[in-house]
Amino acid sequence: MRASARSSEALVAAARRRRRLEAALPWLVIAAMFLAWEAMVRALDIQPFILPAPSLIAESMAKWWHPLLTNAWATLVTTVIGFLLAVAFGLLLGVVIGSSVLVYRGLYPLLIAFNSVPKVAVVPILVIWFGAGFWPAVLTAFLISFFPIVVNVATGIATVEPELRDVLRALGAKPRDIIMKVGLPRAMPYFFASLKVAITVAFVGSIISETVAANEGIGHLMLVASSRFDVPLVFAGLIVTGVMGVLMYWVAVTIEERTTGWATRGQNDPRLATGG
Amino acid sequence: MTQPFVQIDGVSMRYGGVEGTLALRGTSLDVAEGEFVAVVGPSGCGKSTLMRLVTGLWPPTEGTVIVDGTEVAGPLSIAGMAFQNPTLLPWRNILDNVMLPLEVVQPHRRQLRAQRGTYERHARSLLKLVGLEGFETKFPWQLSGGMQQRASLCRALVHDPRLLMLDEPFGALDVFTREDLWDVLQEVWIAKKPTVILVTHDLKEAVYLSDRVLIMSSRPGRIIAERAVPYPRPRRLDLTYQAEFQAIVHELRDRISEARQAEATQDAR
Repeated sequence: MRASARSSEALVAAARRRRRLEAALPWLVIAAMFLAWEAMVRALDIQPFILPAPSLIAESMAKWWHPLLTNAWATLVTTVIGFLLAVAFGLLLGVVIGSSVLVYRGLYPLLIAFNSVPKVAVVPILVIWFGAGFWPAVLTAFLISFFPIVVNVATGIATVEPELRDVLRALGAKPRDIIMKVGLPRAMPYFFASLKVAITVAFVGSIISETVAANEGIGHLMLVASSRFDVPLVFAGLIVTGVMGVLMYWVAVTIEERTTGWATRGQNDPRLATGG
Repeated sequence: MTQPFVQIDGVSMRYGGVEGTLALRGTSLDVAEGEFVAVVGPSGCGKSTLMRLVTGLWPPTEGTVIVDGTEVAGPLSIAGMAFQNPTLLPWRNILDNVMLPLEVVQPHRRQLRAQRGTYERHARSLLKLVGLEGFETKFPWQLSGGMQQRASLCRALVHDPRLLMLDEPFGALDVFTREDLWDVLQEVWIAKKPTVILVTHDLKEAVYLSDRVLIMSSRPGRIIAERAVPYPRPRRLDLTYQAEFQAIVHELRDRISEARQAEATQDAR
């Protein structure tokens, strides 16, 4: 009896240790990466304008914190607006494509062709239409991020089980009923999975546009910094972008976990239970 | 003599245009109101096609399907359906899954909001009938395959269909669970007396549950023989071990083999 009680306690403790390790692991990996980077730059004596050491980047961040912050904010705003446009448009188009074979067949090749166009090539056109600055960045973020949303939502809706469709159709359900009752809820896990991809590529879109034609934004800041050979500041901009990307990703994951917990079917529980 | 409840007359069904596969050819069958009919046959004989024709999901290429005195021209909401795959919605709990048809089919759809309590009691009583009392708030993935199939049966029954179409509902279950569910289905039938058309591969299941077993030929399918099952209800599982019962199963088995051989010689020619 006592032995088994002790071993179950040990199991619980081991599971707790494991959870703590899992939580700390990302930070440890990041810290290790920066340490290795720093050590390499110092050991090989690499020039700052080739690859600045993290300490130098941190210094630059501290020095330029105000422009970094205002430009990061500008980028965040354009990215989020472009992303939200992509969500609205992607959801709508995804539902239409997923629920009609005809629309799917007609539209899909065009969508793929469109998605294959490098967005950096589209920016000059957007600049001609809207002028340099805010709108080209928003629209580039939108254009680059709506595709994964469309594809995922369409997949979720198109893969409704035929038997279930039959059950509902036999009961007199209209196509709209089937989409509302089954298609859309079913597509939600796919939708949220695509949001995680979309939000990160939306940053890529707005920063591409900012480096081509803009007066503010983190992309613009990096462009200006590199033209002055202030490479530490360029890297500071990259790091700020990475942090923003992770934050937005985390927001998407949190919403996903709140809304579509059924899709993971409590798989987290067994993992924790067998953690020891 | 009264008119049969389901009347299929000379029905053919071809998929994919004139050159497409012929799934059914000249099939005719009658089912009386309240009768329990099993349809057996080799796989790919068009049994599932038959179900879709009767429920009006697809129009037949030739012939007529008449249910309750009217020719079927569109989806038939007096029918309830259950399939081998329980197809429960993972984001709804069992009670909400069972009540799904009520959100779709008229007149319940109109009344659901106002009389939610009544409908919910009805759904709960069905769940109790199939032995799922206490599982109303569980989610489908928390239930075993047999329990999911029970819930699927409840979903098929919740709008009090007069016609119950079952497409190999127990096909994916293990033997013990399947036998449990035979009795569940038998009880449901005794309690509600719907007209049932059960499509199955399992001859023992067909004989145990039905009043009449229809045998289909392989594709293109048509009804080639039928066998009445004389036993009164409720039937007990012991019955399936009796010599007479097994003789009926063997007889059906032989007829299906004959059908397959006939088809093989036809192919060879």
